[in-house]
Amino acid sequence: MSEAPAIVASGLEFAYGDRRALRGVSFEVPRGAVFGCLGPNGSGKSTLFKLLSTLVPLQGGRVSMLGHDLATAAAAIRARIGVVFQSPAVDRKLTVRENLRYAGMLLGLSGRELGARSDALLAAGNLADRAGDLVGELSGGLRRRVELAKCLLGRPELVLLDEASTGLDPAARRDMWAVLRAQPRLSVLFTTHLMDEAAEADQLLLLDQGAIVAAGRPADLMREVGGQVLEVETADAPALLRDLEQQCGARGEVVDGVVRLAGERVHELVPVVVERFGARVQRLQLAHPSLQDVFLRRTGRRFPAAEPEPAPAKGRRRRA
Amino acid sequence: MSKAVLALWHREIVRFLRDRPRVTGSLLQPVVFWLLFSGALHGSFKPGGMDYGEYFFVGTLAMITLFTAIFATITVIEDRKEGFLQGVLVSPVPRAAIALGKILGGASLGLGLAVVFLLLAPLAGVALSFDRVVAGLGVLALLAVAVTGLGFALAWVMDSTAGYHGIMMLFLMPMLLLSGAFFPMESAHPLLAWVRHVNPMTYGVGALRHAFQGEVAGVPSFAVCLAGTLLFAVATFALGTFVVTRRSARDAV
Repeated sequence: MSEAPAIVASGLEFAYGDRRALRGVSFEVPRGAVFGCLGPNGSGKSTLFKLLSTLVPLQGGRVSMLGHDLATAAAAIRARIGVVFQSPAVDRKLTVRENLRYAGMLLGLSGRELGARSDALLAAGNLADRAGDLVGELSGGLRRRVELAKCLLGRPELVLLDEASTGLDPAARRDMWAVLRAQPRLSVLFTTHLMDEAAEADQLLLLDQGAIVAAGRPADLMREVGGQVLEVETADAPALLRDLEQQCGARGEVVDGVVRLAGERVHELVPVVVERFGARVQRLQLAHPSLQDVFLRRTGRRFPAAEPEPAPAKGRRRRA
Repeated sequence: MSKAVLALWHREIVRFLRDRPRVTGSLLQPVVFWLLFSGALHGSFKPGGMDYGEYFFVGTLAMITLFTAIFATITVIEDRKEGFLQGVLVSPVPRAAIALGKILGGASLGLGLAVVFLLLAPLAGVALSFDRVVAGLGVLALLAVAVTGLGFALAWVMDSTAGYHGIMMLFLMPMLLLSGAFFPMESAHPLLAWVRHVNPMTYGVGALRHAFQGEVAGVPSFAVCLAGTLLFAVATFALGTFVVTRRSARDAV
């Protein structure tokens, strides 16, 4: 029997009152893929996550997860997925092991099987010596590892992560991904607003204002932009751009106060800029296109600087 | 399902026992209230010819179940804020199990604390017998489930602990005050006398009086009180289960 894809979503629509959070989003996550959803705040990725994690009912479109219809078989899906929320779903007043025990019991596990699985996951997450500590006393990185262990306890086939690396230092982030990548045949869908994390995905969905602006392998998306990108930081960017256009025939734009020139031969401008306008240059950078450039190319706007998402809705609730 | 209920029930107990200030407060608050009220009203207030210490002893038992229920169910709001609840909601646990585990957990705490307070019965002049204790514990268990179910249903639909406190002062406290726990209601203003009949706590407190004190003037019969308390418990339990299975869109914080 051929396995159904991890996720097939078609024509997803979702609105909070008048505000449309998702506008006809369709994508497919193959089995075993690490699938990223990158978007700025308000892009719809969190709504997409809530839909997929079965927290909110579907309003429009269809989703099949692991072969089950999300609209009619949410219970069957819940039994086969693991979810890591942006706000930790661990109980800080309980120990690491207690958290795993209760999580296991919620999954219907008990006794020796639960003990053995917990031990294995604690070992894999380098948590064995912290098993008796209260979760509230652990660092953010360790707490995230507990969360991950809890999520993997039920041997999920698909794991959903919402901004899971928020607040983690690079080492803790690497740890988290190492544990995930070590799970055989595990499909992962993660949301992020971090460009470098998104670039690690096998497949990437770039969301903006509730719609898909780009989809594909990160490397392909970046290659599509083509050429190189020259960025010049200066006190008066529009003036410099005007001069560059008039005197050098360059074509570019000012994005967030930085002169930006893209193209196949843009590297030839480097000596020209340095020679003629060197005194005005504060910073000059020649680089291959990044996901930032993909976003810029597709939306005409710069991807907002990596700022933490607003606190995960403490007490705030949207009514659908 | 049963494992999930057990896990959620056990979590309630463990979290309570681990929270020292909460344990201390829960154990001492009823004792302090009982000592203060019975001490202050000792000479001036003899409801039904009874010493106030004895009268209020049974009222204190009802108060314990209600206050414990409030503090146990307010954790629903904390669980939601801290994210723990989200984790439970996306696990394959039936929603009803969440209500069951939480309500049984809170009710067990209320019953346990009431049992501890019962040790003071001799001081209050309440004579305990085997029959009285068995009947009393039965009523206490029923009442604890009823008020915890009510607290759970309220907490589930609330967004903030401050809002829950508001509801507590506006709705739950008057329920207790007008139940006959603190003072007899039979000679109250006609409007309040009417409230007394529709207040489910009246029947819980009445059933406790029957169990621990026998016939007390102005209290409906034991059968009526028991039926009222049972109905209270069944209704709030059903309400708790109903709210938990409904409104799933709201669970996406």
